Amino acid sequence: MNSAVMRNVVVFVSGVIFAVGLGLSGMTQPDKVKGFLDFFGKWDPTLLAVIGSATGLNLILFRFILKRPAPILEAKFSLPTKKDIDRPLVVGAVLFGIGWGVGGFCPGPALTSLASGTFTAVLFVVSMAAGSLGYLFFEKAQAAKPAPSTDTANASGSIEAAKKAA
Amino acid sequence: MFQSLMMGALGGTLIGLSVAIMMLFLGRITGISGIFGGAMMPSDGDRVWRVLFVLGLLVGGLSLWLYYPTAFPVVSLKAMAWPVVVVAGLFVGVGTRMGSGCTSGHGVCGLARLSVRSLVATITFIAAGALTVFLARHVFHLGAWI
Repeated sequence: MNSAVMRNVVVFVSGVIFAVGLGLSGMTQPDKVKGFLDFFGKWDPTLLAVIGSATGLNLILFRFILKRPAPILEAKFSLPTKKDIDRPLVVGAVLFGIGWGVGGFCPGPALTSLASGTFTAVLFVVSMAAGSLGYLFFEKAQAAKPAPSTDTANASGSIEAAKKAA
Repeated sequence: MFQSLMMGALGGTLIGLSVAIMMLFLGRITGISGIFGGAMMPSDGDRVWRVLFVLGLLVGGLSLWLYYPTAFPVVSLKAMAWPVVVVAGLFVGVGTRMGSGCTSGHGVCGLARLSVRSLVATITFIAAGALTVFLARHVFHLGAWI
């Protein structure tokens, strides 16, 4: 099997495992997600167990993986390089948090839930795609403007960074 | 609750495994919002693997639908009012792009890499989500709506 085919198989299988993990963990159920966010109601800590185990595992595994000179199928690691805590990071996280609290869906569970065929999941994903594309085009338009302020100067960089980070 | 936590840890371990495979083989962060956003950009050279990952999510979803249908609470999903769903989707779409990541990219991968940006983002979106749910449920009593 050549490496391009191998890469495609690995990515596809990873996607399947990711979705099954989301489903088994309860994260495809918006009520469980909102239950976690409801710190002043009947709090449901399940999401903490999910993030805790997924992150905990990779706190260990990333250590070993990143010691390699390169990943198995690529020439180099493609990791986010931005370090600064800027306004888009915080404002974006606030907007995402609001939508997450309202809908109980983040991108992974929403895409996985398309398989249920419910109108709600389809409508959420279409809206999410519209918001995502709308913002990318807005960001590109901002970056293309001639007068460079500090904001527009790092906007083009953050498109690249966003693709890699997110 | 104990069972829910155990299932959470089991599912979380699978998610972590998927993330580790992506890092080991492709050297990439598994951030769903970035993968989904990139999969929709026609000029992007990394489009193929992103589309395949999304396809994997859909096939994983189909297998859940067949063998573990409780993953999808169809009745409560259908009960959500459509304007609420649209607003939530738009906010998640814009917010994850502006903030360079979502629960997976910042919350799982970023925290595992000890990224300060991801820590700030994760605390911020959990706080914003908690405040939203607090206002909706306990101040404005919109429980039946969202």
